[in-house]
Amino acid sequence: MSSPLLKKALVVPITSVRQALLRSNPGMLANAALLSKRGYNSKNGVEMTVRDALNAALEEEMTADEKVYLMGEEVGQYNGAYKVSKGLLDKFGPKRVIDTPITESGFCGLAVGSAFSGLKPVCEFMTWNFAMQAIDQIVNSAAKTHYMSGGNVNCPITFRGPNGAAAGVAAQHSQCFAAWYGSVPGLKVVSPWNSEDAKGLLKAAIRDPNPVVVLENELMYGISFPMSEAALSKDFTIEIGKAKIEKEGSDITLVAHSRAVGFALEAANLLEKEGICKAEVINLRSIRPLDTETIINSVKKTNRLVTVEGGWPQFGVGSEICAQIMESEAFDYLDAPVVRVTGADIPTPYAKNLEDFAFPDVDVISRVIKRSLNKKIGA
Amino acid sequence: MSSMDAHKKKERVRVHFPGAVDSHFSQVLEIREKMEPIDTFRVMDTDGTVLDPSLEPKVTEEFATKIYKDMLTLSIMDLILYEAQRQGRISFYMTNAGEEAYIGSAAALELEDEIFGQYREAGTLLYRGFTLDQFMNQCYSNDLDYGKGRQMPVHYGSKAHHFQTISSPLATQLPQASGAAYALKRSGKKNCVMCYFGEGAASEGDFHAALNIAATTSAPVIFFCRNNGFAISTPANEQYKGDGIASRGVGYGMHTIRVDGNDVWAVYKATQEARKIAVEKHKPVLIEAMTYRVGHHSTSDDSSAYRSKKEVEDWKRHDNPVVRMRKWLEAKGWWDESKENAHKTEMRKAVLKSFAAAEKRKKPAVSELFNDVYDKLTPQLLEQKKEIEELIKKYPDHYDTSNYKAE
Repeated sequence: MSSPLLKKALVVPITSVRQALLRSNPGMLANAALLSKRGYNSKNGVEMTVRDALNAALEEEMTADEKVYLMGEEVGQYNGAYKVSKGLLDKFGPKRVIDTPITESGFCGLAVGSAFSGLKPVCEFMTWNFAMQAIDQIVNSAAKTHYMSGGNVNCPITFRGPNGAAAGVAAQHSQCFAAWYGSVPGLKVVSPWNSEDAKGLLKAAIRDPNPVVVLENELMYGISFPMSEAALSKDFTIEIGKAKIEKEGSDITLVAHSRAVGFALEAANLLEKEGICKAEVINLRSIRPLDTETIINSVKKTNRLVTVEGGWPQFGVGSEICAQIMESEAFDYLDAPVVRVTGADIPTPYAKNLEDFAFPDVDVISRVIKRSLNKKIGA
Repeated sequence: MSSMDAHKKKERVRVHFPGAVDSHFSQVLEIREKMEPIDTFRVMDTDGTVLDPSLEPKVTEEFATKIYKDMLTLSIMDLILYEAQRQGRISFYMTNAGEEAYIGSAAALELEDEIFGQYREAGTLLYRGFTLDQFMNQCYSNDLDYGKGRQMPVHYGSKAHHFQTISSPLATQLPQASGAAYALKRSGKKNCVMCYFGEGAASEGDFHAALNIAATTSAPVIFFCRNNGFAISTPANEQYKGDGIASRGVGYGMHTIRVDGNDVWAVYKATQEARKIAVEKHKPVLIEAMTYRVGHHSTSDDSSAYRSKKEVEDWKRHDNPVVRMRKWLEAKGWWDESKENAHKTEMRKAVLKSFAAAEKRKKPAVSELFNDVYDKLTPQLLEQKKEIEELIKKYPDHYDTSNYKAE
C-alpha cells in the first residue's frame, strides 16, 4: 500500500491528468493526437478507447457468468480510480462489484479464497505497484495451489490493473512487473497494447481456469483504436500464449509488449517511409506462456532482432527473449547480435525532463534499428 | 468533585465524525492503555469437573467418546510419525501434543463447513473421517497422496472433507477464509468457514487484513486462534502486547470469545455459539483458545533450547487436555482403564499398519512433475516433459524409475 496521499493523487481521473499535462507540454499534444489516430486492426469505422474495451470485457463476462465478480479499491461507487469499472455497480449491484478497504493483502487474499471456492473474481489493483503488498497471495497461493493440491483446488482468478510507467508519478508508481510475474510457473500473464488486445485478453483471462495477471497501461486507457466487427462481439477472446504480428516485414524483427508496441510500430513506419528497412513488428500480447515460436519464425526470416519494453533491462522480458533465441535454431540465422531497448536501469525519476530520459521513445528505437542493420556478426 | 465527575454530569454530545459514530465529545483528555481483560470461558476444571451444572454438556456417550478417541488416536499417530521423522523415514512432521482439545471445535462444526487450517490441525481432519491411510499416504508422498507428492508432510488437503490444502506461508489462509466465506454467503448455503491459526501468525499483516476484510464484508467465518504460548521459540509475551489476540477482534468490531483451549467442552460450546453468529447473522467471529504447546514446534525444532523440560512436564501433568477429558468421561462412567488400553493398542496397531503400507507404495509417476501447473500442459511444459522422458529412456541406469508409479 502506498501512502493515502499518493493514492489520492492517482484517483484524479486520468483524462484531467492528461489534459493538465498537455496544457503544460504542447509537444505531447501532437504525440497524443498521432497515437489516437493510429489504427492497424480494422477499417469499419468503430473506435473504442482501451478503457472502454476493458469495461466492455468486464460487463460482458459479468453478464455471461454469475460467478464473475469485481473487487478492489474504489471500483464501485467511484467507478474505478481510472473509470475502467464505470457503470458496473449500477448494473450488477454491490454483491458483484465490491469496494474494499485499503488492504491489498486482505482483498487479494479474499479473492483468492473465493476462487478456491468456485467463484471467478476479478481482483483490481489500483495500480500493480500496490499489488506488492499482496504478492504472496498471488505467487504462493494463487499460482501454486492447483499444483500443490494435486489438481484438487482450482483458482480461476484474474488480477488486473495498470502496470508500467505512468506520467509524472515517480519511482514507486512507475515500474513494469511483467518480468516479476512472467517468471512464476502457475501464473499466466498478458500485456495488452490496443483496445482489441485489452478486450480479447481480459475476456480470455476471466474465462481461463488458471490465475491470470493482466498488465494494463494507464497511459493507454484514454487512447482510441479501431475495433473490428469480430472484436465487438461478446464472444470475442484472444488466445493467451499467442503473439500477433502487427506489421509484416523482411529486414528486422521488433518484439514489444504493452505501450511499447505503439512506439515500435511508429519507428517501423518511419524507417519504411525513409526507405531504410521493412521491419516486422510482433506484439507479444502474452508474457507467459511466451510465444517463442512466432519470434523464432520471424527471426529466421529477418535475421535481426530488437526487443522493446518499458521495464528494466536486467532479467527483463527482452533478456528472456534473447536467451530463448540463443537456445533455439533461430540463433544460427542471426546476422547481428540481438539488442534490447528497455527502460533505464534506475528507479523512475519524477521531473519530466529526467523521466523522459528513462524510457525508450520512437527516436531511440529508430536509432537502435539503424545500428542493428549496420552490424554484422563477425564483421 | 473531580473534573471527571463534573464532566459526567454534563450532557454527553455524540460526535458527528463518520469515522467513530459511537464516540462522545469530552473535555477530559483520556490516554487509555488498557481495556478490561477479556475473561476465559471454561466448562471444566483441570480435573474434568464441570464448574457450573448448567454448563454440563448435553451430549451422547457415542459423541463424547468419539472426540476422546480421536484425541488419543491423534497423539498415537503423532508419536509414531515423529519417531519416523527422527529415523529419517519422512522429512518433516508436526505434532499436536498439548492442543488436542481443539478437536472440540471440529465437533461443533457441520461436515460441510469449510476448514482452512494452519498446519497443526490434523485432529479436525481425523474427526471428519480422514483415514490413517490417507494421513500416511500424504506424509510418505506416495502415489495415493492427494497432493501427488508436491507438498511437505502434514500439508493435508481433501475436497471430500471440506479441508483446504494447507499452505506454508503463515496467515495467508486468513483472508482466503474470508473469501471462501463470501462464496458460501453468495451460494445461500447455511454453512460457515473455520480458519485456524496460531498467536504467532496473528503478527502477520494478513491477520489484520483478514479481520478487517471479514468484518467489513460481513463474512460468515470463524477465526480460531490456537494461542499455545510459543511461535517456534518466541514466547507470547515477546510476540505481542495487549490483552492477547482476542482484544484485536474487538478492535475490528467483531464478536470475540476467549476460551480455555485445554477444555474440550468449553471449546465445543464456544465454537457452537460462534457458528450460530457466523451462519445466522453472517458475521465473523474470533475465538482465542488459550493452550500450551507441549511438543516441539516441528521436527526442525528442539524446544529445550528455550524452555525447561520441567515447565513442559508441569503442563503435561497439571493441565493436560486429554487427561481432563478422560476424567470427565470416567466420571460419567463412559470410559475406564480397560477401554483406554484397548483403544491405545488397537490404534497403535492400525497406525503402524497404515504406516508400513504407505511406506511400501510407489512414488508418484514422473509425469506428475508437470501436471497441474496449469489445467493443461503448455507448450513449454510439454517440451520439458519430452526432454526428461528422453533422458530417462536414454540413461536408464542414471534415472532409475522403478520405484515410481507407471505412467
